[in-house]
Order: sequence, then structure tokens, then C-alpha cells
Amino acid sequence: MLLKNGHLVDPSQAIDGVTDIRIDNGVISEVGPDLPEMKDEEIYDLTGCYVVPGLIDTHVHLRDPGQEESESLETGTKAAIAGGFTSVVAMPNTNPIVDNVPIVRYIAEKSKRLGYADVLQTAAITKGEKGEEITEIGFLKEAGVIAFTEDGRTVENSGILRKAMTYSKPFDVLFMSHCEDNNLKGAGVMNAGALATEMGLPGIAREVEDIIIQRDIMLAKMTGVRLHISHLSTGTGLELIREAQAKGLPVTCEVTPHHLFLTEDAVRGYNTSAKVAPPLRTAEDNEALIEGLKDGTITCIGTDHAPHSADKKDVEFERAANGISSIEVAFPLIWTKLVETGRFALNEIVSIMSCKPAELLRIDRGSLSVGKVADVMIFDPNVEKVVDPQTFYSKGKNCPYVGEKLSGWPKMVLREGRVVLKDGAIV
Amino acid sequence: MGLSHKDLISINQLSVEDVQEVLSVAREMREQVRSMKQTEALKGVTVVNLFYENSTRTRSSFELAAKYQGANVLNISASSSSVQKGEGLIDTAQTINAYYPDVIVMRHPNSGAHELLAKHVNASVLNAGDGMHEHPTQALLDFMTICDYKKNLEGLKVVIVGDLTHSRVVRSNILLLNKFGCDVTVCGPMTLVPGGIEKMGCKLVMDFEEAIKDADVIMMLRIQLERQKAGLFPSAEEYTHFYCLNKERLALAKPDCIVLHPGPINRGMEIDGEVADGSQSKILEQVTNGLCVRMALLKLMAEEV
Repeated sequence: MLLKNGHLVDPSQAIDGVTDIRIDNGVISEVGPDLPEMKDEEIYDLTGCYVVPGLIDTHVHLRDPGQEESESLETGTKAAIAGGFTSVVAMPNTNPIVDNVPIVRYIAEKSKRLGYADVLQTAAITKGEKGEEITEIGFLKEAGVIAFTEDGRTVENSGILRKAMTYSKPFDVLFMSHCEDNNLKGAGVMNAGALATEMGLPGIAREVEDIIIQRDIMLAKMTGVRLHISHLSTGTGLELIREAQAKGLPVTCEVTPHHLFLTEDAVRGYNTSAKVAPPLRTAEDNEALIEGLKDGTITCIGTDHAPHSADKKDVEFERAANGISSIEVAFPLIWTKLVETGRFALNEIVSIMSCKPAELLRIDRGSLSVGKVADVMIFDPNVEKVVDPQTFYSKGKNCPYVGEKLSGWPKMVLREGRVVLKDGAIV
Repeated sequence: MGLSHKDLISINQLSVEDVQEVLSVAREMREQVRSMKQTEALKGVTVVNLFYENSTRTRSSFELAAKYQGANVLNISASSSSVQKGEGLIDTAQTINAYYPDVIVMRHPNSGAHELLAKHVNASVLNAGDGMHEHPTQALLDFMTICDYKKNLEGLKVVIVGDLTHSRVVRSNILLLNKFGCDVTVCGPMTLVPGGIEKMGCKLVMDFEEAIKDADVIMMLRIQLERQKAGLFPSAEEYTHFYCLNKERLALAKPDCIVLHPGPINRGMEIDGEVADGSQSKILEQVTNGLCVRMALLKLMAEEV
């Protein structure tokens, strides 16, 4: 296969210009200008399009097994591809919880057979995410688990988290942390402050998150494990991570598009599609997080794609489920709001959304140099489209960006050299 | 005339003119109720009282407000526990809508539930209290009572005291009193003061005695004993010691200060019996005014349908 005349942006090879790419047997075989066409070769003319390494999402919920009314491995991985993501890190809070090897195998086999996005599965830190007994970290690592996290909740007992971290040392695993102090959170459902008071809703103070960020940094330092803070929402929490990194601790973090671009104002009118944990904060937090992304304190984007069926969202705000269905709009949002505005070069975004997460997860992706697997994302920057959740591949239509006009929609995606998205549609 | 908005979910939906209209009709109702209670003004109109929280006072007040005017009244009580396991609000709304009611009065434990209801029914939605958000008819009846005694509203010092966090009454009152230039002060144990309340348009004073100094109106809120169990204040005795309105404290306010309470009162806890029964207390007038305000709103809303 020959991809012709596309503008390749690949920080791993320091390429940012029009060039051709040849793919043989799912692997990049040649990169260079004006590659000669070979007989019987499939050729795509990508004039005017950008070609980048497939995007990697460090935080998604695929709801399979157990909550297939909200998403399935099929709809979730199709949605990922439609959003330009060829690899996704799936959270373990399915039903049952991913805390044993057979479930890991079920997900791996099913997603592999489907052949859309590569599902990198995480497992729970404690059995059943109950916060009591640690999971079989060794077996799970051997079965291919990419990281350990209690996502959806926090391991509240510091003693148990310390044990899990200490025990995991010989297996050299990555810990991801959903940071929420439940006692401090109480019944909170949105950012604490004047708006929550006005709306009569219990608030979630930033300290709910920051206290656990600091605790987990201290435990990671104490035990010497690699720690990745999930879906950071506060500028103050970012400051704690920055300090830890300055001390040389192996602490990384991710941010969601909604914590970059939305504020608590999105929940006005009791809009449950903007109800999310951690909650949407303030414009100051948005700004601090964008700054953190720019200076590298924030490693990558995790969309926290959290699809929910309509009946979990079309209820009273306090009873509504947390989460935003965002994997199909994440790249267009970032392209439109960060690149088109001139704040980031595409080169930086490719690094944040592909190279750095590959490095964090220690997977051989994030590069289109010769010999690498051909997971490729191609988009036409000139196509504008209005966000309409009804067109999502995801079953989750819970999306607060409805009606926004964005550009940067993925046009074509290759997975191991196979065309899985063509003209914006799953093949 | 009619109101500028079909529903009454928040005080924000009312203009100054709307409020004046409601009070003017409510005063007519008061005359009417005192002489001959029953009319046929709302004959053929159907009012549904949908109560997801226990309520005796507000529900009775709405029920009589409809019945005194000859409306059909359907009372539905749904405890929050049956909501948790049973039918969702949208399904309930659609079922009630199929009866073709004109006004749905709802009380619900979740803030914002009325916005969800209003999207799924044709009837006017009248908020009888949603979570910690608003209780607009309470604010209107409080305001009606204040207007009976205070002619000059600009700069009038109204002090609201007690559990502000969980109070929808305080939020609706702040919004309404601000529309008329009143100067609102709030006070309560700091664990029961929600963050940023000043931004709604009030002054926060931590010391009760300092707060009520030179007040024109003092509104005491009911303190629920569950709040003590939740660790929000240490004991009933300590609450009373620092926040009970007694005769000595009332003397710090202006001599013509009036005392309000949305009821039911905890005699001897947030308000001393002597003050509750004293000449400055207008608590029973509030009850009558509540009936009249609700009669007026039902009439104005039914006229619009």
C-alpha cells in the first residue's frame, strides 16, 4: 500500500512535511518523497491531508462485560477508530470488575477478533475494587495487563495501596490513580463554589482530588513505583505533580478534553451530559491545565470516554451517572481549540496524543518510521462538521459538545496496515 | 394579565411586575378568603399535587388554594424510596400529562427536578420546593408578609438565620429580596453556610447578635436534628446557646422588627416560645399569606393555559 502526498507529522523521526509512506504486511516499509508506484499496489492520494501515527487514549470505559446497554467492545472500539485512536487503555470497572485473568483474556480475545482499536486492558488494584484484598498483580501482568487502577474510585485505605505498590515491585507495573477523597466529597455532584450554592447542589472541593494526588505521590515515593494520575481536573493538583516531577519522581498525569475546554458553567440548567467525575472546574483550571500540557507536566490526553445509556442520564441531576462520551470528538476538539488557535503545533499534539503515551505504556507504537506497525491516522484539516451525538458509533450519546462546529475529523485510519476507517466511516 | 413565564420554577422567572401582580391578586384573595371562602373561579381546572417529599404544610396549603377556587385536585404522594426502585420522573411526568392537567405542583428532593419535569409536560409547573435549590412560593409569601409591615423596601435589613446550606427558602428569598433592593444578611453555623453564598447577593455575618443588630426583618429557619447527627453542629444545646432568637436578642433589632419563620418551628431550639408567640412574630400571618399567594398563582397560571 502506498500513501501518497500526505503531510506526515511524526516527531519520532522529526518529520513535518509532505512525504510518501509505503506499507507492506502491516508494517511501514518505506518513508520518503515521491516513492515510485509499484504494480498492483493499493494507492491513496492524500493531498491536503495530515498523516500522523495512530492516536493513543490512556483512559476509556468500554463497559464490556456487563454494561452493554451503554457500550460494547465492538461499539467502543469502532468509536475509538472513528475518533482517530488506534490504541485505547480500558478501565477495569466493568461488571464483573477486571480483577482476574479470565476476564482479561475475554476482553483481549474479543477485541482482537473485532480488529478495530487495540484494547490495552487495565486491572483493578483490589479484588472487586472493594479496597480490601490486592489482586493477583503478577498473574495479571503476565496475562498482558497494561496498568493497575481502581478507576471509578480510590483505594481509600492507604495501608492497602501501600501493600499493592510494594508487592508489585518485582513486576514493574504502572499504577493509575483516580483521586477522590470520599469522606471530603460527601454527596458532592459538581464543583464546589458559588454556582453549586446557587443551584442548590452539593459541591466537590478541589481538595477532594488534591489530597489524594499528594497522598499517592507520597506512597509512590515511599514504594518506588511508577504513578500516573488519571483525569486531572485542578490547577492546584497540577502544581503538586509539577513539584514531584521536579524532585525526579516517576509521576505522570493525563488530562481529558473536557477539563481543558469546559467549565462548571456547562452544568447550568442541570445539564446531566456535563456531569462528570472529577467535576468540571473553572476557567482558571482550564488555563493552568493547558499550560501544563504545553510545558510537559501533563504527559498525555486520556479522554475518559464514559458512555452511558440515555436512561442513566435522563434523570434528576443528583441521580444521573457521571461521564462524557467523548472519544469521537476529542481530536477535533483539540485540533480546533489548540492547534487552529495557534497555541500548539500539530507536532506537539502528535507527541502528546501518540508518542508520549506509547512511551508511558511501554508499547511499540507512536511512530511511523520504517519497521514500525502501521497504525496510522489521517485527517483533512479543512473539513468542518457540527457535533451530533446521534451520528456516533458509540452507544453513549451523553456529549455536552452537541451543536459545536469543529474541524480535524479523522478521515482515514489504518490498523496494522488495514484500512478500518475510510472517508470518516468504519469499513 | 398573567405572568411572563408559563412555569414558576425559580424566582428568576419573575419580573418585578410579575411579583407585584401576584401580590395584588393574593391580597384580593385574602379579602375573599376572610369573607366567603369558596368560589368557582377555577372550575374545570385540574391541579395535580405531586409530592416526592413528606410535607403537611405546603401540600395542605396548595390543596386548599385549589379547592377554595373550585378546581379539580389530584394528590399524589411518592416517597423517595419508591422513586429509587420504581418509576422514573420522566415516566411519571408523561403519565400525569396524559390526564391533561393544567397545573402540576411538585415538591422533589433533587435540585433541578422541575426543569426535567417541565420538558415532558404541557401543564404549567409550579415549584413547591426542589432539593436545596428553590421554594419560590415560600419567598413570595414571606415577601407579602414583609410588604404588609414595611413600606420602604429599599435598604430594608432582612436577616436570615440557620441552616443555609440545605435551605431552598434562603435561596429563593435572597433572589426575590434583591429584586426590590432589600439588604439581606445571612448567619448560621459555618458548617451550614454554603460556599460563595455572598455571590447570590447577601452579606454573611458569623456572629448572630451582630447579624441581627438593627434588623427590620428576622427570618429564622428550622434546624433539623439530623444535621447534628451528621456532625454539622455539636449539640442542640450549643445551637440554642448561639443561634436561638430569644427576647433579649430580639431587642438588638429595630423596635418594629418583625419575626418570620417558614415553619414548622422547633420551639425553644431556633426560636424561643416567647418570641414565636409575641407581638413581633408574624408566623401565623405567613400561613394565611401562603394560602393566598398559592391561590393567586394557580389563578394566574390557569388563566394562561
